[in-house]
Order: sequence, then C-alpha cells, then structure tokens
Amino acid sequence: MEKFEKLTGIAAPMPLVNIDTDMIIPKQFLKTIKRSGLGVNLFDEMRYDDDGNEIPDFVLNKPQYREAEILVAGDNFGCGSSREHAPWALKDFGIRAVVSTSFADIFYNNCFKNGILPIVLPQEAVDVLMKDAEKGSNARMTVDLENQVVTSSDGESFSFEVDSFKKHCLMNGLDDIGLTMEKAKSIDTFEAQAEQARPWV
Amino acid sequence: MSPKTLYDKIWDAHVAHEADDGTCLLYIDRHLVHEVTSPQAFEGLRMAGRSVRAPDKTIAVPDHNVPTTLDRANAATMTEDSRVQVEALDKNAKDFGIHYYPVSDVRQGIVHIVGPEQGWTLPGMTVVCGDSHTATHGAFGSLAHGIGTSEVEHVLATQTLIQKKSKNMKVEITGKLRPGVTAKDITLSVIGETGTAGGTGYVIEYCGEAIRDLSMEGRMTVCNMAIEGGARAGLIAPDEKTFEYVKGRPHAPKGAQWEAALAWWKTLYSDDDAHWDKVVTIKGEDIAPVVTWGTSPEDVLPITAEVPAAESFEGGKVGAAQRSLDYMGLKPGQKLSDIEIDTVFIGSCTNGRIEDLRAAAEILKGKKIAVKRAMVVPGSGLVRAQAEEEGLADIFKDAGFEWRLAGCSMCLAMNPDQLQPGERCAATSNRNFEGRQGRGGRTHLMSPAMAAAAAVTGKLTDVREMM
Repeated sequence: MEKFEKLTGIAAPMPLVNIDTDMIIPKQFLKTIKRSGLGVNLFDEMRYDDDGNEIPDFVLNKPQYREAEILVAGDNFGCGSSREHAPWALKDFGIRAVVSTSFADIFYNNCFKNGILPIVLPQEAVDVLMKDAEKGSNARMTVDLENQVVTSSDGESFSFEVDSFKKHCLMNGLDDIGLTMEKAKSIDTFEAQAEQARPWV
Repeated sequence: MSPKTLYDKIWDAHVAHEADDGTCLLYIDRHLVHEVTSPQAFEGLRMAGRSVRAPDKTIAVPDHNVPTTLDRANAATMTEDSRVQVEALDKNAKDFGIHYYPVSDVRQGIVHIVGPEQGWTLPGMTVVCGDSHTATHGAFGSLAHGIGTSEVEHVLATQTLIQKKSKNMKVEITGKLRPGVTAKDITLSVIGETGTAGGTGYVIEYCGEAIRDLSMEGRMTVCNMAIEGGARAGLIAPDEKTFEYVKGRPHAPKGAQWEAALAWWKTLYSDDDAHWDKVVTIKGEDIAPVVTWGTSPEDVLPITAEVPAAESFEGGKVGAAQRSLDYMGLKPGQKLSDIEIDTVFIGSCTNGRIEDLRAAAEILKGKKIAVKRAMVVPGSGLVRAQAEEEGLADIFKDAGFEWRLAGCSMCLAMNPDQLQPGERCAATSNRNFEGRQGRGGRTHLMSPAMAAAAAVTGKLTDVREMM
C-alpha cells in the first residue's frame, strides 16, 4: 500500500450531503476483477451525460479541479454499499484525502486499506475548508497525517483525530494481513478454545 | 460480573487478540462470499501464495450479476464482464475448496437469504460478507456486518478482522403494530427518525414487543436496513422463534450439539442494567405504512403525507432535498398517493423471502396490474419453489407479474433488470439512491404489500384501503 505522510494539493469542494457509493462509482463498473482503472468512471453519472460527454459544471470537470488530490464534502460521505471500488476509483483519479463531518463506517475503513486518509472535522472547520476549496487551483490545502493537522491555503489549521493503529499502517504503508499473520499463534489458540466451547460452529 | 449487552457478549466471545490500544482481532465464524467483491481478494491470496484459512466456514454464491430470466442457463444472457466475474467465483470456490452454490443449484439465491435458509447463520456467531446488507443476519442474534474487499482478503487469509468495538445503541419498538404495518415500515421509520448517519459508530439492538412479535423473516427485514441507518450492525436477541427457525436446517447443529448450542444461545440477551450509549424508542402504534419520496433512505413519510418542500429541512439537507425533488420529478405539496408508478419490483435481500411474497400475493389475488412492468424476484431458488407450491406464483402470473429466478436483480441493477431514465418504480429493496436501479431511474421504497397495492392501482397507494 502507498504510504501517506503529508500532502499539499488542490482540494475540490463537494458540499452535497450523503454522497453515496453508487454516486462515487456506479454499479456497472463493479464488474471488474481488477482494482485499477476505475478513476475515469469516478462519479460517472454526475460527471458525464447520457452520451458520455463531460458535464462542464461538475466540479472535477472544471479546469481548476482536474488535478484535485483532496475532496471537501458534505456530511455522511461514502454511505451505502461496501464496495471498495469507491476508494479504488478515488485513488485511481488521484484523490488521497477526503474531509467531511462524517463518513459511513465501511467506506471509512476501506479508505485506510488503500492509502486514502478520510478526515473527520466539525461543521465549522469543514465550512472554512469548503470555502477555501472553492477558491480553485491557487488555493492549496495541506494534510499532515503525522501531526494530524489540515491547513487551509490561508494558513488556518485544524487538528483531527485518527485511530493510532490506522495512522501507523497508513504512514508506513503496511499490509494488514502480514501484521495479523504475525499473531497466528493467538488465532490458533483462540480457534482451539472456541472449538471446545462451541463445537457446532 | 458487570452487566453486558448482547453485542458485548458476542464480541467478548470472539476476541482472539487485543492490543494495548484496544485494537482487536475478532474471530469470524462465517464468511459469506459473492462474485462482485471477492475476485480481487482471491487474486491477492494467489499473489501472496496464501490459502483460505477456514474453507469450511466460507460459503460462496453468485447473486449480484446473475440474470433472473428463465433462460439464464444460456450464457448469452449475461454480458461478457458479468460472465467473467461469475466464472471467477466458480473457479475460486473450486481452487480454494469453499462451500459453493452455483447458478445451476436450486439453493442458489441472494447470499443473505441463502445463509439463514441453509442454517449457516446461527445465534451468537460473527458473520461477515463483502456486502453491506450482511446486517440481515443480525436477526438471529449474530454479529453480522459488511466489509470491503481488502477485509474479505484479510478474513480469507486469517479468519479474523481487525476491529475496534462500536458503541451500543438500543432501538425499542414498543407495543403492537397497526394493521397494514410491517417490518419494512418499522425499519424505514427508524431511519426516518435517526437519519442515515444516526447509527454511525454504533451496533443497534432492536427490541420491544413489536420486534418480538415479528417472524424471523420480518426480523431479517429490520436488521437488513441497519446499515441504511449508518450502524455497523443490527441485532435482535434470539428467542424460541429463532430456535424454531434454525432447527433442522441443513447446517444447523443436531443431537447433543443442538442441546449444547441451545444452552448457550439462551444466554444471548442484553442484561437488564446493561449500559446503552444511545436509546431510541418508537411506539409501534405510531408507525404507519411508509414510502420514500427522495434519494436517501431517510427520506421517509407515511403514505398519507405530501411531498415536502426543500426549505422544510435544515443545513446541508436543504440542497440535498432540492436535488432529490428535481431528480425524482416531484413537487412540494403533491400527495404521495397521487404519484404514478411505471414499474414494480418485489424482491431483494430486504424483502425477497416467502413471507414477503405471501404478503404481496394476498393483495394481488384476483387482481391485475395497472403498471407497465411488474416483477417478482424470489430471494432464492428454494423460496421460489415454495411459492410455487403454495400457489403464490400463479397469483403473481395471473396478475401480470413476471415470475423470475433468484438473484439481486433490480435492487442494484447490475444484471439486465434495470429502470430506464425517468422510469418510476415501487420497490421493496433497500436503496433509493440516484441511479441505483438504473441511470435516471426513480425509486420509491416500501413494503411488499404496499408495492403490490401500487401495482394494482398504478399509483403509490395506502395498502390499508385494500385490506
């Protein structure tokens, strides 16, 4: 997994609440057996018209946001299905961090498995960063995972919370499975005890 | 011992390792797998030279992509990419030696219907699947939730998940339901009350007389949509109804093991003085038959209500409501019962079980549909067979419904069952998101009986007028 330490980049504003995973990557693109190549279909139904032409008003189609690496979004981002295709599509497009007041649980976890940092901030902070993002490509936001701070282009800083284990894995690009395999003995022991206690399982 | 919730008890029984910061390895008893969210996980195992740690606890069935038309044995009914995905599951199931119900098996169906039906889902278990509606299995008092593909790979390789414990939320539905009100109305009403993020960070336990009174099918409907309220999982404490449902199923314990299991299952309830981080109480008698008007499952109103104005909401929801109204082609003040419907879809992991088909057939008996298209997609091959045996299939067919084979179908429209742009659907499924049932399609969520009523009148309809 790609490490995430510190990022300075363009932030795109998406003030809509409840941006769901069907919006992020519609179902017709889930028929892939690969993880890559989904960026072109990120937000497909909002981004392209029925004939496949770009809708100029959509934020990521605007010249100043085509290289965005951060999204600032409305409440409850990523609600809906468990499809990891959502963070795969974001990552493939180039998005490495998403700021919102809240995220759906499964999407939030999926981000960390793919080198994307979801950042939860209070409404007032999101409002400030949303305004900052609206300034376009001259306004570069900085996300510093080590110090757990987001800084607007004006230098206004907001601290955020992140689980220490998730932070450690993201900063070091660690593979979860490898880490868990190191605890194989604990799993073996648990399994043997559970087999005794609940043999019907 | 300090008092515990049902969630606490199941959690404690499955912690295989706990780090100092509270990060746990939670042991997984059942891993359900389908074709859409698993190919990359199996590929990951292959690339790392890993095997499936517990193939006996891993059960796969294709459901999302599969056509539901009667000619689906013909490979040409599937698009190339769908076929590749289903074939990948065929191969992965064989290569890794996991339990498998292929498309040709009469037991094939939606993974969340097949699991309980075959007795894979049992009280007190941990159950995961690369699908958010895994919450369904919580109806048995099992801790069940959706995971992403990376976590699917993690469970395949280690039979555990890296987790931190969620908070406890109690949703109590007191008293009795009124006639015409079903499990679907309960679960939609709860989301209407708490919002789609109201459950974020929590595991919900549903309790109260109205929940106790529900059948296992109804309880599965309630838990199924816990995720739509943002919760990690929904749970209902097991009782005699649960044990009765489970007993004798192909993979349920038997003989002495049944007795041992039963003894433990009977301890699975929340202690009287257990701590709840959040409590929501709704009177059963206050719940009406409901429909959704917008593009979020929280956009719920009684069928007797009118389409709301965007300005009646607050904050970011004002813009979202306006966007929903535009997308849905609705005007504030319009009576919900005046909204005309083109298509009716009865099925999905929310409402594709036998009781759902019975409820819809009860309304449809001797009547004809007044919509362009109506389809029933049973949740599994066995539900379909039972419905045929009970004469329900004939009622649907006589009314003008298409009688389909099992699958997820138009709930998420990954197979050819899709809405056309602007088409309006009365659906028993779980999501009314933009484009969910097909690009530009407009979805109104409701119970099977309400969907059947809409099929007969061609409009959203208060089922109580037809009872």
